[in-house]
Amino acid sequence: MYSEKVMDHFKNPRNMGEIPDADGIGTVGNPVCGDMMEVYIKVKDKCIVDIKFKTFGCGAAIATSSMVTELAKGKTLEEAKKITRANVAESLGGLPKIKMHCSNLAADALHHAIEDYYKKQKIEEAK
Amino acid sequence: MSKTKRIYLDHTAGRFTDSRVIEVMLPFMKLLYGNPSSIHSFGQETRQAVEDARIKIAELISAERKETIFFTSGATESNNIAIKGVADRNKDRGTHIITSSIEHMSVLNPCKFLMTNGFKVTFLPVDKYGFVNLERLKEELTDDTILVSIMYANGEIGTIQPIKAISQIVHTKNAYLHVDATAANGQVPLDVKGEGIDLLTLSSNDMYGPKGVGALYIKKGTRIKPLVHGGGQERGLRSGTENLPGMVGFGKAAEIAKKELLTENKRLKNLRDKLIKGILDPISHSFLNGHPTKRLPNNVAVRYDFIEGESILLSLDMMGVAASSGSACTTKTLEPSHVLREMGLKHEEAHGSLLFTLGKQNKEEEVEYVIDIMPNIVKRLRVMSPLTPKELKE
Repeated sequence: MYSEKVMDHFKNPRNMGEIPDADGIGTVGNPVCGDMMEVYIKVKDKCIVDIKFKTFGCGAAIATSSMVTELAKGKTLEEAKKITRANVAESLGGLPKIKMHCSNLAADALHHAIEDYYKKQKIEEAK
Repeated sequence: MSKTKRIYLDHTAGRFTDSRVIEVMLPFMKLLYGNPSSIHSFGQETRQAVEDARIKIAELISAERKETIFFTSGATESNNIAIKGVADRNKDRGTHIITSSIEHMSVLNPCKFLMTNGFKVTFLPVDKYGFVNLERLKEELTDDTILVSIMYANGEIGTIQPIKAISQIVHTKNAYLHVDATAANGQVPLDVKGEGIDLLTLSSNDMYGPKGVGALYIKKGTRIKPLVHGGGQERGLRSGTENLPGMVGFGKAAEIAKKELLTENKRLKNLRDKLIKGILDPISHSFLNGHPTKRLPNNVAVRYDFIEGESILLSLDMMGVAASSGSACTTKTLEPSHVLREMGLKHEEAHGSLLFTLGKQNKEEEVEYVIDIMPNIVKRLRVMSPLTPKELKE
């Protein structure tokens, strides 16, 4: 049911963990739905220099989280904002149709983390 | 880890066919092909085989006579005939049906269909173990009730219902009791007379017979109408040329089940209890679904907090172990199992559910292997999960 790429990311998730002093954190989903993801980013010179994730969910949820961190790492914030759910699914060699909506939330989590970073920056500047 | 290891622990989803069953089926695919309704010798020899199979199935459930056994295409059809056939034939007497909220879809959906055709259906609640609320059954049962349909045991949580007590309540009124024994048949002794059952659904594959065949026991005198009309086979209740190899195989499976059931039941219970203990005791925040003792001998239903069922299944599959889950992610509807929800489990608890169902080829070392690998699977997924409390990760 899953592509080899999905299974590879499920077996060996990239960038799994937390960043204790993250510059931005994005959370999507909730345990009631069965999928919940957290994305942590570290930003330097408008670039994502480090990124980590934590995920509760099915195989697709874990694999998409892992993939989005791989796609975003090293990118500028502007580039990372353009990463879509479709990009993530495509990079994984596709996802089962039923998983496209429920478990493909990782790009949203990334965007939330970037927004969170901008918000925190504004507060910093205001100080 | 050995890549070639393959351990099958999903017997509720599907079983292999016993080789002794295949043996008796083969002649009916090669040499014996006469239509049992034909008068010539080709037909007469197959007619005899069908009737012999019917006797063996009647004997397995202590039915009074073989004529109470009607062959169908499987448990789904048996449930449909029992519910819609009784409802249609008895609507002059009443239009109320009672069932439980944890029945199989092939009971729930015919009931829902009848609701769009003028029938009223009550779905009885269950307690945290999955037992049907008998007080509610007494309250809901009225003179308008024509049928009560309650499963013998639930394949997803293993809970065995007190059928005799249910039957006594049902028969205080003029209602029939239908029991879906799909998950239980071949595993626990069934006695339709002793337990007071009017209609009983049986599945061949669930007792290591071939797929595509089932049966419905109908007590003599029960008012029922057919759903499939045609040449009048199965005494007019279920038309269609007989599935000869299927029926003969089912008969053999029933004969073997009757002979070996008690020994196998005992063996499976030991394996079941070993597996339950072995995958719950060493892992914190882990629970048993269903009742500890009043459960099917092959059923190990558990749940783990903070992680999700499908990712547990994939992890097990990577290690060669086939299991099942009540998680939303393994269904077509994206809703967690209705059975687990009805027992009062929250969505997030149902998502972490896992089901192992043992079978007769499973050996003790296979159970030990699962006990061995389970802690690390749970640990790995918990480390990844944002829901896991900090103290558990260290």
